[in-house]
Amino acid sequence: MTRDKWVRAVRQKVWISAVAAALALSGCGGAKIGETSSQGGSGNCGEFKIAINPWVGYEANAAVLAYVAEKELGCKVTKKDLKEEVAWQGFGTGEVDAVVENWGHDDLKKKYIDEQKTAVSAGSTGVQGQIGWYVPPWLAKEHPDITDWNNLNKYADLFKTSESGDKGQLLDGDPSFVTNDESLVKNLNLNYKVVYGGSETALIQAFRQAEQNKTPVIGYFYSPQWLFAEIELVKVKLPPYTAGCDADPEKIACDYPDYDLDKIVAKKFADANGPAFQLVKNFQWTNDDQNLVAKYIAEEKMSPDAAAKKWVDANADKVKAWLPATS
Amino acid sequence: MTALALPRVLARRPSRGVLLIAALAAFLVLWVVLRGLHTLSLGASQLTPLHHAVNDFNDALGAGRNTNPLFLYFFNEIRLVVDEFVTFVQAVIAQPAFGRPVPLIGWLGVVAIVGYVSYAVANWRVALPAAAGFAFLGLQGLWQESMDTLALTLSAVVIALLFSLPLGIWAGLSDRFNRLITPVLDFMQTMPTFVYLAPLTLIFLIGPASATIATIVYAAPPAIRFTAHGIRSAPHDTVEASESLGATRRQTLVKVLLPAAKRTIVLGINQTIMAALSMVTIAALIDAPGLGKTVVKALQTLDVGTAFNAGLAIVVMAIVLDRVTTAAGARAERARLDTRPTSTLVRRVVLIVGGALTLVAVWFSTTYLWAAEFPPDVSVGPAIAQAATTVTDWVQTNLSPVTGGIKDVVTLVLIDPLQMLLTESPWWLLAALVVAVSALIGSARAALVSAACLLLLVGTGLWADAMATLASTIVATAIVMALGVVVGVWMGRNQMVDRVLRPGLDAGQTMPAFVYLVPFLALFGASRFTAIVAAVVFAAPVAIKVVADGIRSVSPTTVEAATAAGSSTWQLITKVQLPMARHALTLATNQGLIYVLSMVVVGGLVGAGALGYDVVAGFSQAQLYGKGLAAGVAIVLLGVMLDRLTQAAARRSQ
Repeated sequence: MTRDKWVRAVRQKVWISAVAAALALSGCGGAKIGETSSQGGSGNCGEFKIAINPWVGYEANAAVLAYVAEKELGCKVTKKDLKEEVAWQGFGTGEVDAVVENWGHDDLKKKYIDEQKTAVSAGSTGVQGQIGWYVPPWLAKEHPDITDWNNLNKYADLFKTSESGDKGQLLDGDPSFVTNDESLVKNLNLNYKVVYGGSETALIQAFRQAEQNKTPVIGYFYSPQWLFAEIELVKVKLPPYTAGCDADPEKIACDYPDYDLDKIVAKKFADANGPAFQLVKNFQWTNDDQNLVAKYIAEEKMSPDAAAKKWVDANADKVKAWLPATS
Repeated sequence: MTALALPRVLARRPSRGVLLIAALAAFLVLWVVLRGLHTLSLGASQLTPLHHAVNDFNDALGAGRNTNPLFLYFFNEIRLVVDEFVTFVQAVIAQPAFGRPVPLIGWLGVVAIVGYVSYAVANWRVALPAAAGFAFLGLQGLWQESMDTLALTLSAVVIALLFSLPLGIWAGLSDRFNRLITPVLDFMQTMPTFVYLAPLTLIFLIGPASATIATIVYAAPPAIRFTAHGIRSAPHDTVEASESLGATRRQTLVKVLLPAAKRTIVLGINQTIMAALSMVTIAALIDAPGLGKTVVKALQTLDVGTAFNAGLAIVVMAIVLDRVTTAAGARAERARLDTRPTSTLVRRVVLIVGGALTLVAVWFSTTYLWAAEFPPDVSVGPAIAQAATTVTDWVQTNLSPVTGGIKDVVTLVLIDPLQMLLTESPWWLLAALVVAVSALIGSARAALVSAACLLLLVGTGLWADAMATLASTIVATAIVMALGVVVGVWMGRNQMVDRVLRPGLDAGQTMPAFVYLVPFLALFGASRFTAIVAAVVFAAPVAIKVVADGIRSVSPTTVEAATAAGSSTWQLITKVQLPMARHALTLATNQGLIYVLSMVVVGGLVGAGALGYDVVAGFSQAQLYGKGLAAGVAIVLLGVMLDRLTQAAARRSQ
C-alpha cells in the first residue's frame, strides 16, 4: 500500500474520531444504565419453565398460562422453544416443568410416565383435537360427495400430481404425528398414493394455494389449527373410529380417534405442588378460546404476550377459576 | 499443450468408454428382465430390527443419565464448562447480566470493536463495511437476536479451534493420523444435524450449551482439514533446507511450516465460522437463542417477511465475517513480504488512536442507555419484511402456473425415469453396476470403497429410500454443474460480472433454507423437484465460484496465444479455458455433490420423501428415531461413496 493511501486512511480516522467525540458529548445527557428502578413482583411462585412446542395452538395455551403465572402469581416464567420429543426429555433433566398441549403421543407417555417416571399427566386442556383427511372448501362445494371416502376413487384423477404418477395424491406428512394413511389407503382399496410433504409448512402452503387458485388437493391435517381461521377446510368422512380398531397398524381401516388434548408436567414439578402447578392443573378452556388467541398471534401478528393479555382482560372470570385457592 | 495431450486420450478413452457403455447396456437389459425383484423397499412407518435396537439403545442412554459415571464425570463436566463460557460471552454482548438490565457492552461498543478488530487484522476498506454491516443489524430491529447468534457462533468457533488447530497440525505431520481422521471428518460433516440433535440434548440438556456443542461438531472439520492441508503443501525445499540446517522438528514446525501454512489455516478458520453460522437456524430447534429462533417462529405462521428479515441478518453477519477473515488471510500473506518501516509506523499510530476511541465507545455503551440498547424507533426491519412479503406474494400468484409446468416436465423427463431405474432394479444388479462404473471411471480402490458403502447401505435397511435420494441427488448435481459451468465461465471471464454476482452467491449459501422453502412450496408444491431446487440454490454458488476461479487461473499467455491464433470466443472457452480448468471442474462436481447431499434433510421438509423424510420424522417421533439415525448413516455412506468416486475420477483425468 502506498504512503499516500496511509495518510488518507489516517485522515479518515481523525474525521471519524471527531464525529465520535461530538456524539459522545451529546450523549452525556443520556439516561444512565441502572438508574431506572427495576420492577419485580416476585411472589412465592419461583421459576416456571414452560416448553413451547412449534405450533400456534400450543403457543396460545402457553402464552395465556405464562401471562397469568407472571401477572397473577408472580412467577419467573422461562419459555423454551422445543420439539415435543426433546421437551419430554426435559422433564427428566429438570429443564422443563410443563408441556401444555399434548396430542396423544402414547409412545412418549409410555416411555416417560410409565417407564422413566419423570412425567405425570395434569389433565385435559378442554381442547378437542381431530386428525383426518381434509379438502379445501371450494372443492367440497363443487363436489359435495367428495367428503365421503366411498367416493374418493371416483375423484382420484383430480388429485394426480408429478409425485403420485397415475394415482391420486394424498398429501401427508407433518413428521411430528403418527400417520396410518398408508394402511388406510391400502385397506380401503383407494387408488391413491401417499406423498410425504414432510412439514406442517408444506401442508399449510398446499391448502392455501389450492383454495387461492381453485386447484384440487386432499391431505392429512388436524384441528384446532390457526389456518382454519383463514380457510374452513372440510373433513373427509372415513369409516368411524371404534375402540381398538387401530390396534394392528397394518390392518387399520378406520378414522383417527378424537384426541383429548392434555397437559403433561414433570413429576418433580407436580410433587412440589406450587402455585404454578396448580395453575397448570386447573387450566381448561375451549377450542374457540384457543382459536381466538391463535388468530391474534398468527393473523394479527400480535406478540404472544400481547395476545394473551387481550384474551385474559376479556375473560377475567375464566382465568379466576384457574388460580390456586389460597391466593 | 492440448495437441500433446490428445494422442494419450485417444489411446485410452475408447476401451474405457466401450466398457462403460457395455456395462450400462448389460444393466439395462437385465433391468428390464428383473425389474421389481429384490428391491428391498420399506414402508414409511415400517422398521427393521436394527432400527428397534437403536431405539432401545437411545432409551437406555436417556434413562441412565443420572447414574452413569460417564455422565457424572465426563459429559456433565463438559457441559458445565461450555455452558459457563457461552453464558459469559452472552453476558458480554447479548443478554442482560451482572445485575444490569442490558449486556455489558452495548451496540456502540460492539460496532466499534468490530471496526477496530477488522482494521487490526485486515484493513480499513474491510473495517468500514464491517462496522456498517453490524450497525445494519441494529437497524433491522434484530440487535439482541444477532448478538445471541454471534455469541453462540464465536463460542463454538473458539472452542472448535482449541481442538481443531492442534489436531490439524498433527494430521499435517503424521500420515497415519491423517488417514485415521479423514473418514471421521467426513462423517462429522455429512451426518445430518437433525440426527444427533435429539440425542445431544439427552446428553448435554437443552439450550445454548448443547447448541454450541452441536455447532462445534459441525464446524470443526474444515479447520482441521485446512490446517493439515496447509502444512502438507508447504514447499518441500524449504522444509528440507531447514532440516539440513539442523533445526529440530519443533523449530521446523514453528518457524517454517506454520508461517507457510498461515494463509490456508486462516481460510480454514473462515470456513469454520461459515459452517457455525449455518448451524444457527437448526440449533433453534433445541432452544438455541438468536436469529434462528426468529426464522423458525416466523415459519410457523408462514410469515416469509419476518423470516426473510432475520435470514438477511444472518447473511449480513456471514458476509462481514467472511470478508474480514478473508482479508486477514490476504494480509497475513502480504505482511510477510512487506516490511517497510513507514507503513508499519502509520499503522501503529492508527491502531493506538483507534484503540483509544474504541475504548471510549465501549465505555459509553456500558454507561449510557442510548449506546447500550439500539434505538427501536429507527428500525427498517418492518419495511424489509413488508417488501419481502409483497415480492413473495407477487411471485406466488403470478409465476406458479409456469413453475408448475417446469416441475412436471423435469419430473417426467429426468427424475421419474432415473428413480425408476435405481429403485426398481434388484439391489445386487445396481450395486454391481456402481462398482463396475467406479472401477472404470475411478480406480480399483474407488470400486472397493463403493462396494463397502453399498453393502453397508443394504445393512441400514433403507436401500430403496437411499436409491430414491441418489436419483434426486444426481439430477440436482447435474443442474448445479450446468449452472456452475455457464455462470462460472461468465464470471471467470468478466471481472464486472463477478463483482455483481458474488454477493448474491454468498446470500444463496448463507440464507437459511427455511426462509425460501415457503415461496418454493408455493411455486412447485410439495415435490421432489422442490427439494432439488432448494439444493441447487445452496450448492450452485460453490460450484460457480470454483469454476470461476479455475477459469481465471488459466494462464493469460495461453489465452492470448489462442486469441492470436484466431480462435473465436466459443473455441477459446471450449478448447482452451474449460479443458485447462478441468481440475476445477471436477472439484466443483465433488463440492456440488457434497453440498447437495447436505440439503437432503431440508428436502425431506418439502416433499422429497426418502432419506430426508426418514431423518426429519426420526427427529420428531420417538419410535422412528432408530430409522432416522439409520437414514443419517445412509446419507453419510452415499456422501463417502460419491466423494471418493469423484476424487478418483478427478485424479484419473489429470
